[in-house]
Amino acid sequence: MTLDAAFSFLGMAVVFSPAILLVVLGGAALLGIGISERSTARFTHAAVTFGLLSALSVLGLMLTYDRRHVPIEFGNWVLIEEQHFHFHLKFVFDRLSVPFAILSFVLCGTIGSFTKVYLHREPGYRRFFLFYAVFLLGMVVSSLAGTIETLFFGWELVGLSSALLVAFFHERQVPVRNGHRVWSVYRVADAAFLIAALTLHHLTGAGDFDGLMGSGAWPEGTATIDANYALIVGLLLLVAAAGKSGMVPFSGWLPRAMEGPTPSSAVFYGALSVHLGAYLLLRVSPLLETSLPLSLAVIALGLVSAVFGAAATRVQTDVKTALAFASLTQVGIIVVEIGCGLRYIALIHMIGHALMRTLQLLRAPSLLQDYHRLEDAIGQNLPRQATALDRSISENDRRWLFRFCLERGFLDSMLDNFVIHPFLLVFGWCRRMELSWTRFLAGGKSPLPDYTTPHAAVLEDHP
Amino acid sequence: MPELHWPWMEFSIVLPVLGAVLMGLVRDRELARKLCIAICLATMACATGEWLDFNSLHAFEAHDHGDLFAALFHQDVFVIDELSAPLLPLASLLYLMTVLSTLKTKVNRFSFGWTLFSEAVLLATFSCREGWTLIGLLALGTLSPWVELRKRRHEVTRVYSVHMSLFVGLLVAGWWLLPNEAIANAEMAGGTTLFAGALITAAALIRSGIAPLHCWMTDLFERATFGTALLFVAPMPGAYAIMRLVLPIAPSWALQSIAVLSLVTSVYAAAMALAETDARRFFCYLFLSHSSLVLVGLELVTPIGLTGALCVWLSVGLSLGGFGLTMRSIEARVGRVSLSQFHGLYEHTPTLAAMFLLTGLASIGFPGTIGFIGTELLIEGAVGVYPLIGMTVVITAALNGIAILYAYFRVFTGTRLVISIPFRAKLSERIALLILTVLILGGGLYPQPGVSSRYHAATALLAQRGVPVHQHGHKPETSQLTTEPRNATAERQAQTLFQNSEGQASAVRQHPNVSRERGSAGASPSPNAFSNGLDTASEPDGSLIGAVPR
Repeated sequence: MTLDAAFSFLGMAVVFSPAILLVVLGGAALLGIGISERSTARFTHAAVTFGLLSALSVLGLMLTYDRRHVPIEFGNWVLIEEQHFHFHLKFVFDRLSVPFAILSFVLCGTIGSFTKVYLHREPGYRRFFLFYAVFLLGMVVSSLAGTIETLFFGWELVGLSSALLVAFFHERQVPVRNGHRVWSVYRVADAAFLIAALTLHHLTGAGDFDGLMGSGAWPEGTATIDANYALIVGLLLLVAAAGKSGMVPFSGWLPRAMEGPTPSSAVFYGALSVHLGAYLLLRVSPLLETSLPLSLAVIALGLVSAVFGAAATRVQTDVKTALAFASLTQVGIIVVEIGCGLRYIALIHMIGHALMRTLQLLRAPSLLQDYHRLEDAIGQNLPRQATALDRSISENDRRWLFRFCLERGFLDSMLDNFVIHPFLLVFGWCRRMELSWTRFLAGGKSPLPDYTTPHAAVLEDHP
Repeated sequence: MPELHWPWMEFSIVLPVLGAVLMGLVRDRELARKLCIAICLATMACATGEWLDFNSLHAFEAHDHGDLFAALFHQDVFVIDELSAPLLPLASLLYLMTVLSTLKTKVNRFSFGWTLFSEAVLLATFSCREGWTLIGLLALGTLSPWVELRKRRHEVTRVYSVHMSLFVGLLVAGWWLLPNEAIANAEMAGGTTLFAGALITAAALIRSGIAPLHCWMTDLFERATFGTALLFVAPMPGAYAIMRLVLPIAPSWALQSIAVLSLVTSVYAAAMALAETDARRFFCYLFLSHSSLVLVGLELVTPIGLTGALCVWLSVGLSLGGFGLTMRSIEARVGRVSLSQFHGLYEHTPTLAAMFLLTGLASIGFPGTIGFIGTELLIEGAVGVYPLIGMTVVITAALNGIAILYAYFRVFTGTRLVISIPFRAKLSERIALLILTVLILGGGLYPQPGVSSRYHAATALLAQRGVPVHQHGHKPETSQLTTEPRNATAERQAQTLFQNSEGQASAVRQHPNVSRERGSAGASPSPNAFSNGLDTASEPDGSLIGAVPR
C-alpha cells in the first residue's frame, strides 16, 4: 500500500466511523428497532475508538513522513460544469485539523463512557446517543473540512444536535424553550456563515479554503483575496463564529444551554461546540492578516467577550452557568490570541481549555461535596478577601455591576424587548388583519378550530 | 417527436378517472379505501414508468406510444418533457402517500372519488403544454376542493370562490388577449403582450398564493380537510402555469419584478409562520414561504437560479408534503393542534416526531437532505443576480428553520401527556413515512442525478427564451479554461433540439402565423440572443420545452 493510499484509507475511516454510527443509531430509530443500552454503548465505543485510532495513525504517518498537509479528496458531490458550480467534498489533515479531530474523539469518547452510566435506564438514553452521533459527525466534518461548504455541512449538524440536546429533558418547558432559543441564535449564525460562503464563492469563484489561505499549509498560508473582500467575508464569518461560540452579543444562549444533561453540557457547550467559532477563525486566520480592520474587530470582540464572561461568571448562582461564562472568558482570550496572530498558542490554549473544562463540568454535580471536603480539611469556611477592584468601586457602582452581571448583561432581555416582542407585535397585528379580511370575505363566518382532547375514534384503528 | 415505449401518460390519467367513477359505485368505505390505494399505486407506477422511459430516450420531449389523445384531437395534447417528467411521479406519490396515511376513522370525511378525480386532472395538467387545454385543466383542478367545501363539509366557499374565479377569469382573459407572436419576442414585448402577460401572471400568482392575495390558502386549510388542502397546493400547479404560460412571453425585467414580489411573500409568510398559533395555518404559511422561494428562483432567469428553483420545487413538494401528512396524522389523533401550548406527543408517537423533524429540516435545506443542494443553488443563483435577494433568501430560510423547530417543540415536547389510548403510527403510516424518508435522505446523499436533470431542464427552458447560459461570478482565467466545453455542450443541446423536431414541424403546420413570426425572429435575432451555439436554440418552435402553442 502506498503512502497516499494509506492516508486515503485512514482519512476515510476517520470520517466514516461517526457516519456509520449515525446510520446505525438513526436507522434503528426510524425503523422502530429497539437497540439495547449495552449495544448502543458498544456501537458508540467501537465507532469512537476506530475513528480515534485512525486519526492517531494519520498523525503518526504525518510525523513520520513529514507531511504537513494531507488532502483527502472525495470528489465533487455535485457538479454543474458549465456554470462552475461544484460542491466539493474535501477533507484536510494538517496541524490544525488533526489535533482538533483527535480532541473531538477523545472528549466524545470520554463523555460516551460517562453517559453510559449517567443516563442508565433514562427514557431518553437512545435519543441522547443518536444526537451524540450527529454531534460527533458534525464535529469531525467541521474539523477536517477542506472547503467552506463542507465546513458548513458539519457546522449545521453540530447546531442541530446541540439544540436538541439542550431540550433533552423535553417533558419540561424550560429546557425546550432554551433549546429553541439556542437554535434561533445558531440559525442567525448559520445565515451569516452561508452568506459569507456565498460571498466568497461569488467574489473568488471558489469555496475552497485555498482562496483564503493560498497554497501554503496551515498556518503559513497567505490569503490570496483582496483586502476589502477579506473584510466583508471576514466580518460575516466573525458573526458566525460569535454566534457559535456564544460571544457578545450572542452570549445569552450559553447559560440556557446548561439545561441539557451534564455530559452534553460538558462536552458540547463547555468544550467543543463553544470552541467551534474560534476554530473557524483559526482556520481562516490567513484572512485576518490581509485586513487590519478585520484583525482589530476580532481582537475587540474577543476582549469584550472575555471581560463580560469574567464578570458574569463571578455572580452566577449555579455552577454550570458559572462554568459556561468561565468558558466564554477563555474563548474570548483565544479569539484575542487569534486576532493577534498567535495561532499555535491559540490552538494549544483551546485544547487545554477544552480538556480542563470538560473535567470541571463533569465534576459539577459533586461540587458541594468537594467544597465540604475542602472546608472540612481546612477546618473553616473558605476565606474570601476583598480584591483591589472591590475597593476601588463605589457601593452603588458595585450594585449596578452586580445586577448587570447577574442579568448576564441584559442581553437576553434586550433580545426579547427589541427583537422578539416587536416582531410578534407586528406580525400578530398582521394575523388579526388577515383574519378580519378573510372573515369579511366569508360574510362574517369564520371557521372555529376545534382544539379538542384526543379523539377516541383513533382507537378503532387499533385492535 | 420521440415516442415513449408504452402509453404511460394515458394510463396515468385514465386510471384515476376510472377509479373516481368506481368509487362512486362502492358503498363499503373500507373497500373504497383499499381500492383507492391500489389505483393510486398503479397510477404512481405508470407515472414513474413514464419518467424512467422518458429518461431512457435522452430527449427533451416525448409523447405517448400510440397517442390516443393525439389521434382524437389531431394534436399533441399530452407531452412529457424535462420540466414535467419528475413532477408526474412527485404528484402521484403525494396522492398515494395521502391516501395511504388516511386512517380508517377518517374515511367518511375524506372523499376518495374526488381525490382520484383531482389526481387525474393534476397529472393531465402536468402533462399538458397546449394553452387552452392547460387553462381548462387548471380551472377544472379548482373544482374538487370547492365540492368538498360546499357539499361535504357545508362550509362557506366565498373566499375560495372569489379567488379561484379571479384566477380562472384572468387566465382566460390574458390568454385570449395574447398576440400570436408574443412567444418569439419575449424581451421586446409590445403593449398588448405586456397587458395580457400581466393578467396571466396575476392569475398564476393568485393560484400560487402570492401576498396579498394569499388569504384563500389559509382559509382553505382551515375549512377543508387537511388532505384535500395539501393536495391542492403541494404540487404547485401555479408555478407550473408560470413556467408554461408566463416564462415564454414575459420580458426578464417583468420576471425579476415578480421575483421580488415572491420574495416579499416568502419573507412575510416565514414571519407569519412564527407568529401563528394554529397548526394548519402555520403549515400553510410555511408552505407559502417555500413555494414563493421556488417562484423567486424560477423568475431569476439564470441557469443556476432556475436549476435551484426546479430542485427546490421537487424537494419542497416531497418534504413539505411529508411534513403536512405527518401533521395530518397527528391531527387524526389529537384533533386540531394549537401551537400556543405544548402537547408532549413524543413519547407516544416517536416515529411521527422523527418524520416531522426530518421532513421539516429537509424543507429548509438541511445538509444531507434532499433540499440542501437545491437551496444552495437557489441562493447562489439569487446572489448572482442581486446579492440582496440572495441574502434575503438566506434570512427567509433561517426564519423557516426557527419555525420548524418551534412547531416540533410545541407539538412533541414541553409536557408529559397521559393518554389511555395508543397513538403509535400504524403500518400504512409507517410505510408512507418510510418511503418519504428514503427519498428525502437518498436524494440528499446522492443529489447529482437530480441536479443534472434539473440543470438540463433549466438550460432548455432558458434556451427557449433566448437567455445566454453563461457563467457568473468566476475568475476570467477559469472561464477561459471552460469556454470550449461550454460551447460544445450548448451546441450539442441546440443540435438535439433540432434533431427532435418532428413534433415541432407538426406544430408549425398547425400554426402558420407562429411559424412565420418565428422565421422572421430567426432572421434578425433579438439583441439579447447570445453568440455561442445556443443562440440558434432560441429560434425553434414554442412546442419545445416550456413553450405553449397557441
